[in-house]
Amino acid sequence: MSQLDTPVLELRNVTKTYSVKQGLFGKPKPLTAVNDVSIKLARGEVLGLVGESGCGKSTLAKILLGLEAPSSGQVLVDGQALGGQDRLALARRIQPIFQDPYSSLNPRKNIYDIIALPLRVHSIGNEVSRQKSVREILDIVGLPARVMNSYPSQMSGGQRQRVAIARALIMKPEIVICDEPTSALDVSVQSQILNLLNELRQEFGLTYLFISHNLAVIEHLATRVAVMYLGRIVEEASVESLFDAARHPYSDALLKSVLTPEPGLGIPDTHLGMTYPNPIAPPDGCHFHPRCPSAMDLCKSQRPTPLFDAAGRIECHLFSP
Amino acid sequence: MTLATSANSVDPLLQDIIGPTPGQQLRRRFFGHRGLMIGASVLGLLLVIAVLAPVVAPHDPYAQDLMARMKPPVFLGGTWENILGTDHLGRDYLSRLIYGARVSLLIGFVAALISGTIGTAMGVAAGYFGGRVDMVVTFLINVRLAMPVVLVALAVVAILGGSLQVVIGVLGLLLWDRFAVVMRASTLQVRGREYVAAAQAIGASTPRILLSEIMPNIMNNLIVVITLEMAHAILLEATLSFLGLGVQPPTPSWGLMVSEGKNMMLFEPWLVLIPGTVLFVVVLAINLMGDGLRDVTAPENRS
Amino acid sequence: MCQSKSCQDTPILSIDNLTIDIPTSAGTLHAVRGISLDLKRGETLCIVGESGSGKSLTSLALMGLLGKRIVPRADRMEFDGIELTTASARTMRKLRGARMAMIFQEPMTSLNPAYTIGDQLMEALTLHGGSSRKKARARAIELLEKVGITAAESRLSQYPHQLSGGLRQRVMIAMALMCEPELIIADEPTTALDVTIQAQILRLLADLQREMNMAMILITHDLGVVARVADKVAVMYAGELVETGPVKEIFAAPSHPYTRGLLRCIPLPGKTKRGSVLGTIPGIVPSLVGDVEGCTFRTRCEHAAPACRGPIPLHSSPEGTHSFRCIYKPGSLQAEAALSTGTSV
Repeated sequence: MSQLDTPVLELRNVTKTYSVKQGLFGKPKPLTAVNDVSIKLARGEVLGLVGESGCGKSTLAKILLGLEAPSSGQVLVDGQALGGQDRLALARRIQPIFQDPYSSLNPRKNIYDIIALPLRVHSIGNEVSRQKSVREILDIVGLPARVMNSYPSQMSGGQRQRVAIARALIMKPEIVICDEPTSALDVSVQSQILNLLNELRQEFGLTYLFISHNLAVIEHLATRVAVMYLGRIVEEASVESLFDAARHPYSDALLKSVLTPEPGLGIPDTHLGMTYPNPIAPPDGCHFHPRCPSAMDLCKSQRPTPLFDAAGRIECHLFSP
Repeated sequence: MTLATSANSVDPLLQDIIGPTPGQQLRRRFFGHRGLMIGASVLGLLLVIAVLAPVVAPHDPYAQDLMARMKPPVFLGGTWENILGTDHLGRDYLSRLIYGARVSLLIGFVAALISGTIGTAMGVAAGYFGGRVDMVVTFLINVRLAMPVVLVALAVVAILGGSLQVVIGVLGLLLWDRFAVVMRASTLQVRGREYVAAAQAIGASTPRILLSEIMPNIMNNLIVVITLEMAHAILLEATLSFLGLGVQPPTPSWGLMVSEGKNMMLFEPWLVLIPGTVLFVVVLAINLMGDGLRDVTAPENRS
Repeated sequence: MCQSKSCQDTPILSIDNLTIDIPTSAGTLHAVRGISLDLKRGETLCIVGESGSGKSLTSLALMGLLGKRIVPRADRMEFDGIELTTASARTMRKLRGARMAMIFQEPMTSLNPAYTIGDQLMEALTLHGGSSRKKARARAIELLEKVGITAAESRLSQYPHQLSGGLRQRVMIAMALMCEPELIIADEPTTALDVTIQAQILRLLADLQREMNMAMILITHDLGVVARVADKVAVMYAGELVETGPVKEIFAAPSHPYTRGLLRCIPLPGKTKRGSVLGTIPGIVPSLVGDVEGCTFRTRCEHAAPACRGPIPLHSSPEGTHSFRCIYKPGSLQAEAALSTGTSV
């Protein structure tokens, strides 16, 4: 385990700011989608990233895929800064699986062309060897080779997501960014895809960044969890410690609002105020204080500093160093 | 598992690839659409006639016979020698109509091709790159929309003189606005799809993404606009020729024929009615085809 | 059907053998086949099913919103004694909004972007209740407050696009409640929302339902939501009701192979081992175009047998509350599962 000290993927103080124009003649205002985020992914681990819509999860995924450049901070792959690597080299190491298999496959291309696109772009092999690779990867994701000539519209949601996984894996990447890979699928298909992702990870030693709002899925698959709120990681811990004893009040509220299929328990009260704050005008102090059931005066004025300890990382005045 | 597969080996419910390919579906919808079929047949017939004009036309369209001027068409008491009669110079009207189809279709097609290339390039660039590019293109579209097409065309033709090439060039350079608007909107829509993000994440180059991810998915809209702009160009050519600023005589052009017939309109109305009707039918056919193509290629947009 | 004591108050909604056929170019699509349901005041029925199960079509048929091309057939489809299949368009219009209301999944598409929240809320009341604008306004404010919207009065003049998704869904709920309906149908009301908002909206719906003694049909694919909200559950697969019963029985002793399969697909916190292999239902939902015979789940069922192509018997519990459609007798699959895995379900 020589790579233990070099994380396969690392974000160092990554910030992404957009300027948003409000109204026709409004002055552009900065929107900080990702705010000073630092995370490390060790080889073979699954980092679950959770948070409500608008918290910056998807922006973070785009930065990791090189689709967006961070406004400041660094992304390192195997200890090497992302800016120093060319786009093709990066694409070989990090691949995405998107949420909606109805939108992630080009409807005008057949399955073979879709899966072989990475090989063509990277000029890997010739048409014969590509055919062979596509056959192999189809077998790995559990699709018969005869789907090669079909089109996405002829397939079910689960099959399409398998195609998307095949496309992501055909170049044998090390890191896969899974952005809500099962939330558009039916329940009976979700579990197949989750099982497949889990199998593939073990077989190919993949590292996942798994973005989801489904905490049951995160709990099942992830080894570590990062909780994001308004662009910041407010808590990061191993999946056991987070799900057994979440420390940040926001993580706690998120966990409480999960509806497990246990009849008779009723619907939980999260004690969260309902409105997610406007990211253009985030609250002062701790961003979470207007919705926090245990907010103190300090929280309104001062931003908590992160605490790093054995359990992970937490950013809350209740756990100030 | 084993039980299920063995029990259902020939079960009609069991299937994993659903339905026909997009191509098969398109074909089925294409041939099932009445308006589209009518429009396409009329246009196809006309195209064949135009291409085979030297074979099909009964007479030389330029051959004058001053002894046989303004012979009425056969249904108004004329002879089968000149089925649609002759014009004021004694030229066979049917032959002139047939050769006129060549001019009209040529102008419609080439003008739509030129403006389509310009408009698509601008629209796709604006939609895909956004930002400054989009601002510039939007500005150009607005400038173009502020210019009255007929007046500008008249002015240009008046300066350069009317000829087939000039008319095609002027129309081609003026009719790109709808292409740009439609292509920009379609590109914006497609750009947001995840397969474009997936191609970017694969490392595909921008030209590759534009050509193989974006273009195939906006092609249907492009084809619809091409047909509509063809009709537009054909009408404009007729207008210009009617005003004497389009194709120059003695070239047979439908607009010119209407123009030449208008002096006699009160005495021999068929001189205007025949080319007018043909023009009407062609434009109607193209529009039917355009509407049909829109229905067929985007069934989800049908009301 | 209703002999037991608990059943004596007559159901407000009673459906018997509802069938929806949709004509398509490839043939008739048998989208919904032979659905029978009863619902009493104050009761919540969850219809669970995956895409293509016909759950949304069923609810649209109840509201008379299927459109002209699709005509639902039923032996009986009564709402408080009014037969809905034969009701005139006028009667249906009067019922909708006034006595039956619907909440859709995507509030943005069901709210009119051109009118303010206030206008849309009040329209429901002035249209059906015939009350004055002043009264309607007061009621709108009252309801917005009830659904947890702060500064309700100022919200009345806002447009839908000025509200967040959670707020819009609350406005939709308020709008559905304006005329105090007796039956409310919610089609995936929280699917587009975040988990934290979902819990709040569902709590709100449940509270309001209890307070107004409404009957509620909640359509969802989320078994977590079903477990926490439902009194009764109806499981639909490929247009058929495969199992119905009280929520506790469905979750404790699911009888139809599909219900059992669904429950195995989701990781249960504390019960499913982290990272373990989850249960799956292989295959896909079959096409329902053309003749549909036997059990449509047979192509995906691990217990499928040749008999599944024939007529499928309906097994009912002695009280008549729990029933399912399968060639296997009640309990036989549980026993088999217990034998093969050594655990009880």
